[in-house]
Amino acid sequence: MEFPHLLSLVIFLPLIGAILTLFAPTDRSVRVFALVVTAFTFVLSILLWTEFDPSRAADLQFVSGDFPLISADIDVRYLVGIDGFSLLLVLLTTLLGPIVVLSSWSYIKAHVKGYYTLLLVLQSGMTGVFCAFDLLLFYIFFELTLIPMYFLIGIWGGERRIYAAVKFVIYTMVGSLLMLVGILYLGIEAGAAVNSGVFTTDYFKLLSFDVPLGMQTWLFVLFAFAFAIKVPMFPFHTWLPDAHVEAPTGGSVILAGVLLKMGTYGLVRFCLPFFPSASASHALLFAILAVIGIVYGALVSRAQPDAKKLVAYSSVSHLGFVVLGIFAFTLESLQGAMIQMINHGISTGALFLLVGMLYERRHTRLMADYGGIARTVPWLTFFMVLTALASAGLPGLNGFVGEFMILVGAFGSAAIGSPILVGLATTGVILAAVYLLWMLGRMFFGPVTHEANRGMPDLNRRELVVLVPMAALMIILGLMPQPFLRVSEPAAVRLLETIERKRALVEEGDLDGMRVLQQDGNVQAAPAPGGLIPNGDQDSNPIP
Amino acid sequence: MDLDLLTVLIVLLPLVGAVLTGLVPLFLRSFRAHKGLLGAVGTLVVAIPFGLAAWIFVQGGSQTHVTSLYTWMAAGDFSVSITYRIDQLSIIMTLVVTGVGALIHLYAVGYMYSDRCFWKFFAYLNLFIFMMLNLVLADNLLVLFLGWEGVGLCSYLLIGFWYEKHKNSVAASKAFIVNRVGDFAFLLAMFILVKELGSLDFGAIFSGMESLSAGSVTAVVLLLFIGATGKSAQIPLFVWLPDAMAGPTPVSALIHAATMVTSGLYLLARLSPLVLMAPGVMMLIAIVGAATALVAATIALTQQDIKRVLAYSTVSQLGYMFMAAGVGAFFVAVFHVVTHAFFKACLFLGSGSVIHGMHHVELELRREGYEGDFDAQDMRYMGGLKKYMPITRWTYLLSTFAIAGIPFTAGFFSKDEILFKAFEFGFDGHTYAWIVWAVGIATALLTAFYMTRSYMLTFEGSSRWPKPSNLHPHESPWSMTLPLILLGALSLVGGFIGLPKVAEEFGLHNWIHGFLVGYEGRAGPVAEPEMHAHVSLWLESALIALGALIAVIGVVWAWRFFARHELGGDELIRGRFGALYQWCRTSYYWDRLYDRSIVRPVIGGAEKVFAPFDQRIVDGLVNAIARIMQAFSWLFGRLQTGIVQNYALAIVLGVVLILALMAF
Amino acid sequence: MGVPLSWYLTLSAVLFSIGVTGVLFRSNLIVILMSVELMLNAVNLTLIAFSQYMGDVSGQILVFFVMAVAAAEAAIGLAIVIAIFRNKLTVDINNINLFRH
Repeated sequence: MEFPHLLSLVIFLPLIGAILTLFAPTDRSVRVFALVVTAFTFVLSILLWTEFDPSRAADLQFVSGDFPLISADIDVRYLVGIDGFSLLLVLLTTLLGPIVVLSSWSYIKAHVKGYYTLLLVLQSGMTGVFCAFDLLLFYIFFELTLIPMYFLIGIWGGERRIYAAVKFVIYTMVGSLLMLVGILYLGIEAGAAVNSGVFTTDYFKLLSFDVPLGMQTWLFVLFAFAFAIKVPMFPFHTWLPDAHVEAPTGGSVILAGVLLKMGTYGLVRFCLPFFPSASASHALLFAILAVIGIVYGALVSRAQPDAKKLVAYSSVSHLGFVVLGIFAFTLESLQGAMIQMINHGISTGALFLLVGMLYERRHTRLMADYGGIARTVPWLTFFMVLTALASAGLPGLNGFVGEFMILVGAFGSAAIGSPILVGLATTGVILAAVYLLWMLGRMFFGPVTHEANRGMPDLNRRELVVLVPMAALMIILGLMPQPFLRVSEPAAVRLLETIERKRALVEEGDLDGMRVLQQDGNVQAAPAPGGLIPNGDQDSNPIP
Repeated sequence: MDLDLLTVLIVLLPLVGAVLTGLVPLFLRSFRAHKGLLGAVGTLVVAIPFGLAAWIFVQGGSQTHVTSLYTWMAAGDFSVSITYRIDQLSIIMTLVVTGVGALIHLYAVGYMYSDRCFWKFFAYLNLFIFMMLNLVLADNLLVLFLGWEGVGLCSYLLIGFWYEKHKNSVAASKAFIVNRVGDFAFLLAMFILVKELGSLDFGAIFSGMESLSAGSVTAVVLLLFIGATGKSAQIPLFVWLPDAMAGPTPVSALIHAATMVTSGLYLLARLSPLVLMAPGVMMLIAIVGAATALVAATIALTQQDIKRVLAYSTVSQLGYMFMAAGVGAFFVAVFHVVTHAFFKACLFLGSGSVIHGMHHVELELRREGYEGDFDAQDMRYMGGLKKYMPITRWTYLLSTFAIAGIPFTAGFFSKDEILFKAFEFGFDGHTYAWIVWAVGIATALLTAFYMTRSYMLTFEGSSRWPKPSNLHPHESPWSMTLPLILLGALSLVGGFIGLPKVAEEFGLHNWIHGFLVGYEGRAGPVAEPEMHAHVSLWLESALIALGALIAVIGVVWAWRFFARHELGGDELIRGRFGALYQWCRTSYYWDRLYDRSIVRPVIGGAEKVFAPFDQRIVDGLVNAIARIMQAFSWLFGRLQTGIVQNYALAIVLGVVLILALMAF
Repeated sequence: MGVPLSWYLTLSAVLFSIGVTGVLFRSNLIVILMSVELMLNAVNLTLIAFSQYMGDVSGQILVFFVMAVAAAEAAIGLAIVIAIFRNKLTVDINNINLFRH
């Protein structure tokens, strides 16, 4: 590889930047420095894209590091790399970096240094999540994103910021701690089975370990629970509106744009290939929850008086599509889910940016306080209408591509096997138009109802710089998603192959193991009886 | 010239126009003032594609040419490309869209000249043409859907063009959302096709449709038809179209009469081989079309807003087209699309010209301090305009004759052909077609009557606006009257492309039938059912005569009636029919029905059930868990007295306990 | 040969118990600190007694360490007491309950 540590640089450059930011003398220099760091990181990640070999997109590229993280005796390593899935999400993360920095330029007035430091730390964590190929490393990055976000909401948030921040952290933490239990257990079992007894969290070693059927269910539940909270799926979504509404604009953009994707990414990266049988047998359940999320999120969205809350609930609806796509187990829907993650990051991110810009002008998020402002802020209206339409899934804009592929795939999916359910999901298309047009109508059209709105300034140059790339991406992704889809397709194909192969192997070959489990009645998360593990005569605790 | 390049040019030029007249003036304000330039650019980017399409048409419009640009989205075996198809059907639609479109653009230069957002209007119109061309030129359903939703978007933007009025923005949202209900069905149809055939290309659909099960075919056609009822304003989804008249009149003419609303029909005609495989759905299509035609005609009779009369008349005419599709006469439906585009655009533009004139009257009145009621679109304030607006009057009268079906006008040929085909289909053993035919005849009479009423109330009789002796409207500028004249001429002669079979006696052929369906072994894109029984020549002649008679009766009757009574005529009709009249006036309470049965339950449910449920139950549960934790921590917190000695005592006791345990 | 070991140990235990009682039940912070010193010294006594008894000097060395720690502890403890007194104008432990929930 020509660029041996490029990926590590992309991950840690913001963190280094965060440390250096602490020495910046003035608020302005902090902003400029943060912008330079994030912009440079973005440029580097573009390099990742151009140098990425699409013909081997299913393989890990730009592998960096690969040294023991704790001690040489434990197989926990620093191992980062990217495949097709990761690349897209890394690009999304690094793109949003400078955009968030710019959008917070005049919004954040207090504790500027702290804000930008945390933003940069957050970006490192997020990038790391999508690149980590060691479960414990993934977990570390996963948790690393929590802390900065906690402070971003808790310090620069709205009125109920403390409540929202604590709720966000505790809710996510509950899930991720359960996942930690799962990681440790899986590491022990896999270590015993495929790593000559040494505890391992290496992604590929875990991947080569065919988790026995009974164990799969429990591990799946532990992992999926953590990710379902993060996504968030109905009924674990209630932290999201609170966090979104209270977070500063930059925080909301990152939250919607990237943090939520960590949940769906986790499902694709870990749940499906590690526990294929359990994933398949829970597919219908997840599809039902996803469809409930789609319809329910849209309906609740329609009932919100607060523009930011409306957008937050629309996220629940949109992420429902992604989950539906993931659990349909077809190439179309999986690819659709992948592109929908990117699309949602861009269009919902842009919606939050726009609502934030309005908030900065009028210091209210209530839709009733606006009305008819299309006349006073035509540029902002243009971007808002475009973004709302993209979000509503208008063909030609980005939202449609993902939704269509997901629904087409899910409709023919054997795993879900219920076209009616997919039909219900499709009503989300109608409902999205209902709540988004309602918002447009109330805020932008009609007569000007508040005198204070008359003098509102239109977008300034900085805000245009923020919005133009987002708008351009909406159109590009809507009309030419193929360059992006092509990147993740080999990875998706390989994932589906892996699932199929492992399912065939586990579900046929493990019938004996299942019988053992049923006889023992031992299906808890406690260490399974040694007989289950191929070379099971070893100590079940491989850590010396 | 290269056909690929031509196709791309035809499609892309309007988009370029939209960027030039929209994005550029949006961000560079100084461009907004160059109205003449903007109007010229906006019109040219539609007129040039018309020229190109005409060139293709003349050169070799009879062959199919597919232009594939690039892959839009793909995953594994499933792949959709941006692909355009030029064949007889799409070229004829392209000619209508760009031809009528260009005329309406020209008209809009005059009509919208004083508007503050002149540039934006042209940007939207150009975008609309771009989307409409995607719709009619698409070679697969997804590109068609791109255009389908795109025109819906433009319709939304243009209905809400004067968004300062709350009413308009509500009407815009309504149109978009009702259309989305249809689009929902369209999406489902595509899902089934992808699942069963793995492709959305028209070619693949036609070659694979034999392998489809009867259930799938019925489902697909039914869903596509539901999609079509949304876009083409049929029962049960027609409610948006009358409200859509909130948009500027050129929009009503272009989008809500001539082009967009006919796209549902275009869809059925495009997929006619598939539709023919679902006879049950065809019956439904015919019945829905007939019902819509009749219902809308009765409503049109009672409206006082000139544009609403035309709107309901459009719904009614679209019903005719669906009747045709329902009896398998897809080419006649397309024929009626074409003629309807001519005369309905002419009518709308004529009404726009009238409104334009009346608006000036209103401005004058207001300046003179007039405080009373006045509505520039209300026919009750018009009357006697023929003196002041001769060109508008003559073109309006001509197209009224056309829509009524007065012999040898455009509408005469297309409408009679529809009725004849329905009759023929009934003759062939499909009983429902008789009913459709009968309803069609009744509607024809109504159509002639209400359209003549609108003409009489507007142009004849006495002037009813305040102070008619002091001020009166003037004829519109040439940019508005020229399109009127051209469209009026087309309404007169446009029907000769589809002569009835009787004409074969004189050595003349039904050109559009041959062009679309094919002749002498050459198959066209539009299919038609095989007929086993044939209507004899004399019977056909008799039917034609009947149609002509009905039209003449309707026109003459209405003419005499309203010449005598003027506005009082409405009162007489109301007195005659009483409750029924009221029922029609309020559009059969459809809006109220939807409001009570769907809109309010959904919105109310969202606000009163789902949102509180989310807040109290789902989130409440989460907070309850947190509160339980807090209760525990409060309980244990009681132990923390803060007095160090208590802690020390606990430590000592603990030590003693441990020592005791170790000792024993 | 002199006083038996058990006497020393008894004295030490008594002193220690007095210290514990003082820490647990007196309310004056200074008295509590002195009680802690008393406990330390009771332990010192035990160490020396054993050291003598076993003939091992390391016990006596440990005592020096303890004395040093005690001195440091007294210094810091008194400083804290003074700080508290300045803040609350009392050294009564019952009035100092900052740890209270």
